[in-house]
Amino acid sequence: MARTATAPGVPTTRVGKAALEFDDRLIVAGPLRRTLNKVFPDHWSFLLGEIALYSFVILLLSGTYLTFYYDAAMTEVVYDGTYAPMRGLEMTAAYESTLYLSFDVRGGLFIRQLHHWAALMFVAAIVVHLLRIFFTGAFRRPRETNWLIGIALLLLAFAMGFTGYSLPDDLLSGTGLRIISAIILSIPVIGTWAHWAVFNGDYVGEEILGRLYIVHVLIVPAILLALIAVHLLLLVKQKHTQFPGPGRTEHNVVGNRLFPAFAGKAGGLFFIVFGVCAALGGLVQINPVWLWGPYNPAQVSAASQPDWYVMFLDGSTRLFPAWDINLPGNYTIPALFWPTVVLPGIIFTLMAAYPMIERKLTRDTASHHLLQRPRDVPVRTSLGMMALAFYVVLLISGGNDVIAEKFDISLNAMTWVGRIGLIIVPPLAYVFTYRICLGLQKHDREVLEHGLETGVIRRLPHGEFIEVHQPLGPVDEHGHGQLAYGGAPVPKRMNQVGGARRAIRGFFSPIEEPARVELEQQRSERGLAAAEADRELTSSGRPSDGGRPQEPRD
Amino acid sequence: MSTTNPQSDAPSDEGTPRGHRRWSRRPADGTPAAAARARRASKQRRRIANVAGLMAALVLTGTLYSALSPAYATEESTATESSAEAAGRELYERSCITCHGENLEGVPTRGPSLIGVGEAAVYFQVHTGRMPLVRQEAQAPDKPAIFSDEEIDQLMAYVQANGGGPTLPSGDLRDGDLAEGGELFRLNCASCHNFVGEGGALSSGKRAPSLNDVNDLEIYSAMLSGPENMPVFGDNQLTPEEKRSIINYVQTVQSQADPGGFGVGRIGPVAEGVVIWVVGVAALLFGIFWMGSKA
Repeated sequence: MARTATAPGVPTTRVGKAALEFDDRLIVAGPLRRTLNKVFPDHWSFLLGEIALYSFVILLLSGTYLTFYYDAAMTEVVYDGTYAPMRGLEMTAAYESTLYLSFDVRGGLFIRQLHHWAALMFVAAIVVHLLRIFFTGAFRRPRETNWLIGIALLLLAFAMGFTGYSLPDDLLSGTGLRIISAIILSIPVIGTWAHWAVFNGDYVGEEILGRLYIVHVLIVPAILLALIAVHLLLLVKQKHTQFPGPGRTEHNVVGNRLFPAFAGKAGGLFFIVFGVCAALGGLVQINPVWLWGPYNPAQVSAASQPDWYVMFLDGSTRLFPAWDINLPGNYTIPALFWPTVVLPGIIFTLMAAYPMIERKLTRDTASHHLLQRPRDVPVRTSLGMMALAFYVVLLISGGNDVIAEKFDISLNAMTWVGRIGLIIVPPLAYVFTYRICLGLQKHDREVLEHGLETGVIRRLPHGEFIEVHQPLGPVDEHGHGQLAYGGAPVPKRMNQVGGARRAIRGFFSPIEEPARVELEQQRSERGLAAAEADRELTSSGRPSDGGRPQEPRD
Repeated sequence: MSTTNPQSDAPSDEGTPRGHRRWSRRPADGTPAAAARARRASKQRRRIANVAGLMAALVLTGTLYSALSPAYATEESTATESSAEAAGRELYERSCITCHGENLEGVPTRGPSLIGVGEAAVYFQVHTGRMPLVRQEAQAPDKPAIFSDEEIDQLMAYVQANGGGPTLPSGDLRDGDLAEGGELFRLNCASCHNFVGEGGALSSGKRAPSLNDVNDLEIYSAMLSGPENMPVFGDNQLTPEEKRSIINYVQTVQSQADPGGFGVGRIGPVAEGVVIWVVGVAALLFGIFWMGSKA
């Protein structure tokens, strides 16, 4: 076959031609190129949200496998399966199918444990991601919408967790469901009606598991998926934020392109997340429903707790005094209403509204694409730590009986520590964080003004000792630096500015020879090592330019 | 042996001597302002009548006593102590008497009465090392037993001989239905001892101890005697067969391996929450630091 000359740029390979055929019909090359060229900042903290995303992928995959065997029916059956200590007991078909899944399905127990660990990881990663967004100010205009979507995702993750927790119908999950039922009932005016709507009658009824199941496997995951898609699309549309630094402005993003560098990284991270969840699923037992036993409303075990992400509400319930409000007309608002409905309502409303609150208080309505270091916004950082301290006291109180038992502390003492701690620890956290932020700010300014501490003490001819500092830039006639603080990390050690021997490379073990690094350092233009050979011992001041005695610090 | 509730028997035990005392002190009906001779003769008569009355009362008391409480009568009527009881008394007087009193009657603010607690309570308290107590606190902690098995038998004999009470069972203590035992455990025990007996906190420093490393007899005697804050599960609440089912379940589940891997204490979400943060999240943070350092 005679070859004909082709126009430049027209593909000649078979794959190229096929791609061209595709592009002729679908016109995807342009958008695809733009997407593949999207730049991701390479700071590690930008990967936190991705851990949540990959945990969600693992949840979808493992959850699908579980649906093949799980049966959400609440019909009573008599167990006659592999697990001897249950044989002959009456239980719901849901619990029986969970036992079957755990003991008789190949890989069933592993997948169930993987699913549960990935669920705990999912919420944990969302929380850590949220903290990163909060403390660096990434929620500021124009990203308030994505903040709100993020809060919605967190709430949906809670809903996923709670519905999934209830499905096996073991004694632990049944106890949890009973508490949820009590919380719904405690809502004034609509409580009873809402309970009737959810349970289709009194607790426990015969409908609830089927309803929770469809919520767990279809409704909430569908909303989650849609919101995650919007979350990511907004991220692409609004571009990433980044930490300030050389060459980084409000109008660019410095980092790696999606393809190939970032895709490689993200793919690697997916397998790390999968590996950690799978290792936990295979090595650490989680929710051993066969030990909990089938649900029976007459039974309850000591230390019945929800999973960690709901534990703060258990804690608030344990700490809140038993104050029922009895109104005329035989009407009661149970104490449970305040710690489990009102408190989370306030917490999540404040959280969702925080970007708007901060905008109002600071009157800062400008668009921001550069992140802030937490120390530079001490009020926000301290508020965040205060909220975190509040949360942690509630979280610890959620497990206070286990802590009391394991560490031989009185449970009553734990409760009172929680009650008092809930009031005094958050303000203390605020004050301490504020002081630490100011201290760090001050130190940054000091390094910019006086230079790095070299660790060299020099004695001048007339006997005076001075501490030699390495200025970071040009100095004025008093030896003070003239650099302004730009919101980026200020080097605090000589080797960060190449002024001392740099650290030997290698994360787990050294990957270069120290002797070779030494030689390389001596050959280089900058730094202490270069001047070491011919440096005059009496000189002082900046090592690299021969040294002029620096003014003693004032 | 006696399965009667020791508390209901205790009053009858000391009620009889009290009645007898009242009877003997009854004032004699003498004649006021009579001749000395007549008085002497009547005194003689009165004395004889008194002695006769006392004898009659003693016989009556003894007869009534043996008729009303045959269980104790057989034990106490053998007046002489067996050698085990004597050895037990010696141990008791050396190690227990300070708090439980010289006649097992208890000492206020120190220790309860041991009359009627039976050998089951002695076995549980002494074999788990709870007694002798080191100090007064919310609850006696278990520790290595101080007395040997033989000494425990002697103490049991002594306490059983002086007041009776629930006795130790015999035979295979795990001779019961496993699944039923699990159901009964969850119904009666799990609310304090956790799902599979890992233990739990009670109020003010008290606690339901873990059932790891306890033997069958300790579980059985605990159910019989209701030590510390535990209620008594008498044979009318849980039949001996049901008790054996529970023991079978507890011991089977304790010895059963965790099919899911490392069990993290089998206490559920608190331990799992610690693992996900300390192991899972920490490992991933380390992973992304590492990836960041590769940039």
